Amino acid sequence: MEKVKSSKSKFIFPKTPTGVEGLDEITEGGFPKGRPTLICGGAGCGKTLLSMQFLIKGITEFNENGVFMSFEEPTKDLTLNVKSLGFDLDKFKADKKLVIDHVRIERSEIDETGEYDLEGLFIRLGHAIDTVKAKRVVLDTLEALFSGLDNQAILRAELRRLFHWLKDKGVTAIITGERGESTLTRQGLEEYVSDCVILLDHRVIEQVSTRRLRIVKYRGTTHGTNEYPFLIDKDGISVLPITSLKLDHKVSTDIVSTGVPGLDDMFIGGGFFKGSNVLVSGTAGTAKTTVAAYFANEQCRKKQRVVYFAFEESPQQLLRNMRSIGLDLEPHIQKGLLQIHSSRPTLNGLELHLLTLRKIIKEYNPTTVIIDPISNLISVGSPHEVRSMLVRLIDMLKLNNITSMFTSLGKESYDSRPDLAEESVSSLVDTWVTVRDIEGIGERNRGIYIIKSRGMGHSNQVREFIIRNDGLHLLDVELGPNGILTGAARKTNELQRKVSQLKLQNEMDRKDREISRKRKVLEANIAALNNEFESVQEELSILKATEQLHSKLLSETKTGKPKKK
Amino acid sequence: MSKQVAEWQLLLYIAGQTPKSVKALSNIKKYAEEHLAGKYTIEIVDLLKNPQLAENDQILAVPTLVRKLPEPIRKIIGDLSNEEKVLVGLNIKSTVQSN
Repeated sequence: MEKVKSSKSKFIFPKTPTGVEGLDEITEGGFPKGRPTLICGGAGCGKTLLSMQFLIKGITEFNENGVFMSFEEPTKDLTLNVKSLGFDLDKFKADKKLVIDHVRIERSEIDETGEYDLEGLFIRLGHAIDTVKAKRVVLDTLEALFSGLDNQAILRAELRRLFHWLKDKGVTAIITGERGESTLTRQGLEEYVSDCVILLDHRVIEQVSTRRLRIVKYRGTTHGTNEYPFLIDKDGISVLPITSLKLDHKVSTDIVSTGVPGLDDMFIGGGFFKGSNVLVSGTAGTAKTTVAAYFANEQCRKKQRVVYFAFEESPQQLLRNMRSIGLDLEPHIQKGLLQIHSSRPTLNGLELHLLTLRKIIKEYNPTTVIIDPISNLISVGSPHEVRSMLVRLIDMLKLNNITSMFTSLGKESYDSRPDLAEESVSSLVDTWVTVRDIEGIGERNRGIYIIKSRGMGHSNQVREFIIRNDGLHLLDVELGPNGILTGAARKTNELQRKVSQLKLQNEMDRKDREISRKRKVLEANIAALNNEFESVQEELSILKATEQLHSKLLSETKTGKPKKK
Repeated sequence: MSKQVAEWQLLLYIAGQTPKSVKALSNIKKYAEEHLAGKYTIEIVDLLKNPQLAENDQILAVPTLVRKLPEPIRKIIGDLSNEEKVLVGLNIKSTVQSN
């Protein structure tokens, strides 16, 4: 039975894709082709739905017809149940693609005497398979047979024969079984179906339920071994295999503004990348929600659709609080650009939250999603679950090219290490902005800084910001001797700087005056000297002229006589 | 067997002429003759020939004897080797007694 898997011969284990989102990735291709697979689990964990989805997807996506043999639910109920998933079983039946056979065993109607076998069941199943040339068969809770028939020895022998018969038929079958106390199924069906066993689980941890799926065994092939959470929504079951995420979404180089005046300048690009996700973390009361609301407001102003998931405040409260700082979101809601969804995180399990988010996002098709705060979801599940849900969520947002902003409440810590919520999200987000308290000299100020911004240069400064009646303002950086100054220190420093500036100005003015004075003195000196020089020059030139006259007269007396000849 | 609707309508589902079905048929014929002479019909349905009929009467096991009439429907599965059980199961015994 066991097939040798060797990488050398490049043998590919034949598998039948289930079409269930995520399950094919875990099973690396689907259920074993032409063999029975056992799906077991407690009541209400989705066995019937999973198997029904297997059949429907087979018909709609893989062109493989199916037979559903139900031992529990009547055909009518089954049809109705999957109608909510958008599948019309009646149409499949009319198209000869699906046979639903409800096997009803009324114990009160049946008496047993002597030897018998289950050939009737075989014939029914065989007939159904032949009618639609089915490749997929579901036997929904064979265990009903055990409650309907007394002779266990015959039953077990016949079940063994049934599974061999199914294999001979070459159909890929799903057998569902109710979970037993110490065994996987109550009647030990795993004895017969040994190729692939999948366990569904629906457990409640701290009043919150989570569905999980695990492949217990899968002969002849590798498979994911973890417990994977799965959710049931209007599209049926989808498993969340976080380990097999494909990171191949489109990226945008468009920039969206943060909406906070001044914050844009801290990014070299001038904002966030469109379609990226932003984490705003901070301790209590550091204006995370305000930053988020500013972002929402900015997007709405640009006629973008925004969905705001508030896990702490009601929409009315949020609107009132934002109005107090001069941010009116009401008009955006009236224009239909902004939707605020408020719910308590403990309202339902993580998958249901994810489901709600997905649903709203799908219906409303926003370009921006804000989750405030994401850390509240931690209270719903274990860090691992939260992380896997966030990965799923972020993945979904990115696929749809939705710019998202999450706020995260961090605990007050002195070593400024990120706490649980941040840790689980930080590696997933593209941009991480932190708002924090800057405490000192008897006051508390707010600072904002960028921890990371993938693909974009950013400022390394902690900028102080204040929230006034007219909104949020980033203040200019005030550098002191020991770094950046905030609050009162900033004021003191500003004052000091003003004083010293004034002093400097005075000094300068004084210097200027002295220079002009000096110049005047010098100029006066120069004039005096000039005067002196002129008088000397005059004197000298008079002397010179007298001298010349004198010498002229002298030469005339020497040569006067010949002149007269 | 009479042409008008018999008081007792019995259906025996079999799958081929297996020893079990042959035995069941001979058993029910014997019991019917004994207790319901003249007021019964037995129809034999071979599921190998007419597999689509299995669904109507919710047949799982073969051989299965179905009492169509009188209402309500009763089913007895097995080779019908225990006469007492068959007669009680078909309510023949009580009928005989009340008559």
